[in-house]
Amino acid sequence: MPGYIANYGYTDGSGDYYIVVDTDKCDGCGKCVEACAQGVLEVITDDYDDLVASVSAEHHKNLKYVCAPCKPVSGPRDLKCEMACPSGAITHSW
Amino acid sequence: MITAGIDMGAQVVKVVVLNDGQVLARSMVSTGFEPLEAAQKALDEAIKNAGISRDDIKSIVATGAGRKAVTFADKALTEVTANAKGTTYLLPSVRTIVDIGAEEARGISCDAEGKVLDFAKNDKCAAGAGAFVESMARALELKVPEMIELSLKSTKEAPINATCAVFAESEVVSLIHAKVEKADIAHAIHDAIASRVSSMVRRIPVEKDVALIGGVANNAAIVDVMKKHLEVDIVVPENPQFVSALGAALSAAS
Amino acid sequence: MTTEYFRWTECAWKDPDKDWRKAETLVGGIDVGSVSSQAAVFTDGELYCYSNTRTGSSSPDSARKALNMALEGTGIKEGDIQYVVGTGYGRVNIPMSNKAITEIACHARGANFMGGPSIRTILDMGGQDLKGIHCDERGKVTQFLMNDKCAAGTGRGMEVMAELLQVPIIEVGEMSLDVPEEPPPVSSTCVIFAKSEAIGLLRSGWTKNMVFAAYCSAMAHRVVGLLERIGIEKDFTITGGISKNIGVTSRLLKELGVESIPLEPDPQIAGAFGAALFARDLLLKSRK
Repeated sequence: MPGYIANYGYTDGSGDYYIVVDTDKCDGCGKCVEACAQGVLEVITDDYDDLVASVSAEHHKNLKYVCAPCKPVSGPRDLKCEMACPSGAITHSW
Repeated sequence: MITAGIDMGAQVVKVVVLNDGQVLARSMVSTGFEPLEAAQKALDEAIKNAGISRDDIKSIVATGAGRKAVTFADKALTEVTANAKGTTYLLPSVRTIVDIGAEEARGISCDAEGKVLDFAKNDKCAAGAGAFVESMARALELKVPEMIELSLKSTKEAPINATCAVFAESEVVSLIHAKVEKADIAHAIHDAIASRVSSMVRRIPVEKDVALIGGVANNAAIVDVMKKHLEVDIVVPENPQFVSALGAALSAAS
Repeated sequence: MTTEYFRWTECAWKDPDKDWRKAETLVGGIDVGSVSSQAAVFTDGELYCYSNTRTGSSSPDSARKALNMALEGTGIKEGDIQYVVGTGYGRVNIPMSNKAITEIACHARGANFMGGPSIRTILDMGGQDLKGIHCDERGKVTQFLMNDKCAAGTGRGMEVMAELLQVPIIEVGEMSLDVPEEPPPVSSTCVIFAKSEAIGLLRSGWTKNMVFAAYCSAMAHRVVGLLERIGIEKDFTITGGISKNIGVTSRLLKELGVESIPLEPDPQIAGAFGAALFARDLLLKSRK
């Protein structure tokens, strides 16, 4: 059963901030959830009864801020969730 | 040498007249819809308060979101540079500056000379700035100073989830409907904005001493919650709303 | 009496000819959104009745009101409905629902039912969110993007403007098109800042129509930006309350260079329709 691409996040006056999960590549392993110290991610059973990674409800409107620790203004991008995923299912749009 | 710094903010124009590092006068006028006129008016007022004449001013530097509108200024300075210059002049031990304005909030990391090393900002969104506080005061049917007072009397946490000043107004209405105490709502509002601004500030290295400037720094409740969220002590210079204008006036002298 | 400029007419419709008592399956979909709530009842996979109401202060009350309005005059009691799916922002708080399914999946399903299997891209402009959804010929989601963080482009954003200019929200679209020439869009995305900007424009002599035109134009542009993030594949359609604002829709369709498939009977009920269709699937599955 083909999956879908989920864009979690928002656009406001200051820019676009989305975490993109490709559910075709995601098998719900949860490594990204463990890797994120901010608790941004979680594994859910979606509308089509598949286990997939998702952004938790309390964080999807705050991504710019809550993901900030991995994206300092000066310094290397250190996206722990992207690096933890064995299949490259999760990416950040900013 | 007498110089003037004009901080053309989104809501208020601030002017500082300086003579060899000494503040001669300050003035403040609503920006309104004619920023150039407002700047002129504010400058005239400051000149009068200083007891000098227009010709005594050797150089004028403009800063702030609307600095380009101040066509009679000799030079324009970015807010970030003005923030750093003004703050470190008043408080030389400061290395991190948080400026919360009406429409924009900034976190700046600087060195001992007041040179900007790094900065992060939240712009173009009312939720990260003073406009959020005003919106919420409206929803609570209070004036901002009343809301600040009330927030200090809060006894319970209240949830404010909205990340948009418009949605937050509806949320506040629902909370009032659900009989949540206004004091608790007021505190939650301050907590929400402090949380947002702190997260932004943490994108730069946060080193002591940390200063809070801008109009919102006059809000004692905000200073309190900011200390809690950043987990560090925060100093607020005198006349925090005029720090940028001071920075601009200092720059005009060098 | 203060006029409530955000008000639009609540409505309900029922099929005058069908006899629901003869149906093999009788299911319901209830969509409780942050601004509006809808209920739809389907008999044997076809629409029987629906309602479109304003959401109240609690999700359970809003669900009840929407369902009661839809059922009024039909003789159907809540207990007669064999399976109910709840959707929308308030979906976990709908007491009479058997299951909750996200509004993304329900909108795709509903748009597919109303607009046909050729629909591939759905733009939902809701009360407090904007959604871009791609679906396949069966109405299954293949990509989505939802923005519920910012009021710009949402119904609430439009309400703020209608309130400011003291014009009923249902008239805003037409007024915005009645201008001698298209003014530049307002420069602020943020509704709060756009509101200040609008006040300034009015003071400088702009008419209300021109201000609406500038605002609708900015909103259309924002929506286009959102859609471009996921791409637009034909056929395209628009759901949600703002789909009824011709000032926004005409401008965004022009910028996109596509047409939109109109959805009958009401583009605002796509969520409830989709929910009812899911309810039917689940009911039939449970009977096996």
